[in-house]
Amino acid sequence: MPEDALLQVTGLGKRFGGFVALDNIDLTIAKGERLGLIGPNGSGKSTLVNCLTGTLHNETGTVIFKGKSLAGLIAHERTRLGLARSFQLPKPFHSMNLLDNIRIPLLYTVNARPGHHLSDAAITARCEELLTHVNLAGKALQRPRDLTQVEMRKLELARAVATQPTLLFADEAMAGLSRSEIEEILAVLMRLNEQGITIVLIEHIMSAVMSFSTRLVVLVAGHKIADGPPQEAIRNPEVEKAYLGE
Amino acid sequence: MAIQSGLLLNAIIAGILLGGFYAAVSVGVTISFGMLDIANISQPAFILLGCYAAYVMNGWIGLDPIVTGILMTPAFFVLGMAVYRLYYYAFERRGEQAIQGLAFFFGLLFVGEVSLVLIFGVDYRFVAASYIGPSIHMGIVELPLRMLLPCVFSLIMVGLLQLYLSGSFIGRAILAVSQDGLALQLMAASPIKIKQIAFGISIATCSVAGSFLIIIQPVEPSIGRDYIGRIFAICVLGGMTSLPGMVVAAMLLGVFESITATFYGPSWAPAVSFGFLLIALSVRPAGLMGR
Amino acid sequence: MRNGAFWVVIVAVGLGFLVLTRAFLTNEYFYFAGYVVLQYIVLSTAWNILGGYTGYTNFGTAAFFALGAYSAAVLHKLPALMQTTFGWTIPPVPLPVMIVVGGIVSGIVGLGTGYLSLRLRGVFFAIATLALSIVVQTLIVNWDFVGGSRGTYIIRPALAPISGSYIQYLFTLMTALSVLAVGIARTIERSRLGLGFAAIRDDELAAEASGVPTLRLKLISTTLSGALMGMAGAPLPYYVTYLDPASSFNLAYAVNSVAMPVIGGMTSWIGPVIGAILLGTIQQLATVTISSALNLLIVGVLLIFFVIIAPNGIVGLVRGWQQRSDA
Repeated sequence: MPEDALLQVTGLGKRFGGFVALDNIDLTIAKGERLGLIGPNGSGKSTLVNCLTGTLHNETGTVIFKGKSLAGLIAHERTRLGLARSFQLPKPFHSMNLLDNIRIPLLYTVNARPGHHLSDAAITARCEELLTHVNLAGKALQRPRDLTQVEMRKLELARAVATQPTLLFADEAMAGLSRSEIEEILAVLMRLNEQGITIVLIEHIMSAVMSFSTRLVVLVAGHKIADGPPQEAIRNPEVEKAYLGE
Repeated sequence: MAIQSGLLLNAIIAGILLGGFYAAVSVGVTISFGMLDIANISQPAFILLGCYAAYVMNGWIGLDPIVTGILMTPAFFVLGMAVYRLYYYAFERRGEQAIQGLAFFFGLLFVGEVSLVLIFGVDYRFVAASYIGPSIHMGIVELPLRMLLPCVFSLIMVGLLQLYLSGSFIGRAILAVSQDGLALQLMAASPIKIKQIAFGISIATCSVAGSFLIIIQPVEPSIGRDYIGRIFAICVLGGMTSLPGMVVAAMLLGVFESITATFYGPSWAPAVSFGFLLIALSVRPAGLMGR
Repeated sequence: MRNGAFWVVIVAVGLGFLVLTRAFLTNEYFYFAGYVVLQYIVLSTAWNILGGYTGYTNFGTAAFFALGAYSAAVLHKLPALMQTTFGWTIPPVPLPVMIVVGGIVSGIVGLGTGYLSLRLRGVFFAIATLALSIVVQTLIVNWDFVGGSRGTYIIRPALAPISGSYIQYLFTLMTALSVLAVGIARTIERSRLGLGFAAIRDDELAAEASGVPTLRLKLISTTLSGALMGMAGAPLPYYVTYLDPASSFNLAYAVNSVAMPVIGGMTSWIGPVIGAILLGTIQQLATVTISSALNLLIVGVLLIFFVIIAPNGIVGLVRGWQQRSDA
């Protein structure tokens, strides 16, 4: 196992009844990487993210994060260890304003870690800071229902970033957005990566994935069929077959 | 020993007959909750309405309860559509919290029960029919007609519904909308109209189920509460959308209740069905036949 | 207003209320009726902690409430039982102790209910609580020590520990419980715990992903809610003097504890209080003037009406008017 591996996944498998969603997935993520995870619809990308973050339970395989096994740890414990994710369909806390939406991860993740204890004032300041980073500070006191699609996506990302993660899974954060909106989100993710957060980008939008990723992993029907530098990975005949047909 | 096994055999048979009836009681919820995802916990109130409709017609013009049950289905169907319309405008359209929808049906259940108390009082009511009383004897096995006929007719009703759902256009549209409302819209069929029809059907079954209930036992307004647990236990165990699964689950519950009542006394029966439900919910949310 | 100040205010209001009523109201009927309204303040506030704050609908209020009542009944019969079985003489158990025990018993059942929520969401959880209510009722009906389905008679002590009639004593205790319940509700509302509850209510999966320990918080919510309901039930045997399953598990408790917060407003501590005072008073008046079945019908109809027209209750309506007049 490579010394600087942040996440080491071995033999991960997940089935729903008789349907095999993920079959024997091996994956290594190094610190500081920008990993692109692509695959046709239904290939298991979101299932993989769910298993790694603890939302779903994988039947087989081991997951080691920062040298520690994640077996038996449920989602909120994994978040506290530094594994964060944004949801494909944004899931904001509708009854709260944006500040409080960001306050939750600060109160329950950052403040729950040993040593770290932000005062109420510091938390509010941090909320405003995080909202400013995604250009939402102006709507801080409004509710999620007053946000546009792209603003909801940014809130979703901001909430994940608030947990001060080491590894962030951005699950289809750009679906349905315009060209400039995609650039906006990519810029946010690049900045986060420069600040030291390892990012896994799960996406369908090939141009975004290709420009952003330092490495590409391709999933088809629950199997990993390619893993390597982006230009090489997409030239893999299996990948071409999966996307373009025989 | 022979007495015990005879008792056990009859308890099982009675349980199966009861289970057949329970299938009629639960098929409505399998449609409204299993397929349409509408948590209609007021279903027992409509069943009781069916009971009292049969009671009134039976007392007034001596009409056979099963005939009343069948004749009243159009009225119940229209009522069901109206209730769905209200539910849709008030909750589904607004995307309100689940609590509001639940509170609505809870209120309906309650209003239904109390209205019946105000109109009919709390005394037990029953109907008179030629098949209430006699039984068919086959050796040590006793088949009371008042249980046998509802069981047979219930299974016929569920069978007809299954044929309708898998055979007719609207029926298959209902199955489709339970899986993907958007796809249905793209096929130029209005999901709301389909759901309305489906909910209407689910309430229409109460007319028939209610008439069966008052044949099997005397009724009074509060017995509806015992049925909430039974109905949802059967629906969940049956796999939510599967009618055959639901019938099997209904039979199982019927047999369990019957055996408990025979050997431990009827005062434990409600605990059986609700205990069943708790176990079903915690162990197999996917049901017996899988989802 | 800061939370500490709030506690001071409601304790003062409670004390003031007691002093004024004792000074000016001598009609025993007021204390009988007032007890019921105060009881509903506790029940609705307790319900709302799990329902309005955390988003889990509980239809089994009767189970927690009746367990409190029956715990008290068991403790009431304990001295006699000890005497006949072992020949020991123990003093009668004081009612405040019974209230605490009722709270503990119902709190433990609440804890169990919290574990149920692990597997059950939304309507499944609600139906499971209803099922729980029926199961508990069946167990009590089959328990002869407390009289089974025939019920049991509880004799009110001749003298109350404070001056005045025993009913006034019960009224005082229930006022204290109301102050406690409201204080706890408001404290939660403004705290980190309350924000966690709200996150669970809004989106449990997202809450868990944000680091909220959802199971632990749900257990706190169900235990607290159950315990308060149990405490509200403990004085019941002395109030009714005849305790039986049919009336203590009465569906009216379940419906009222849902209707009052819904009608009053589920997002704030004041909603259940408004709902309890409004509906409770209407019902007390209606029971006297029209039949009790009809008054329950009114509650049911109001519940349906409010849930359709004003889903955020009276509190929601008032906030809406305020916002419109500000604009």
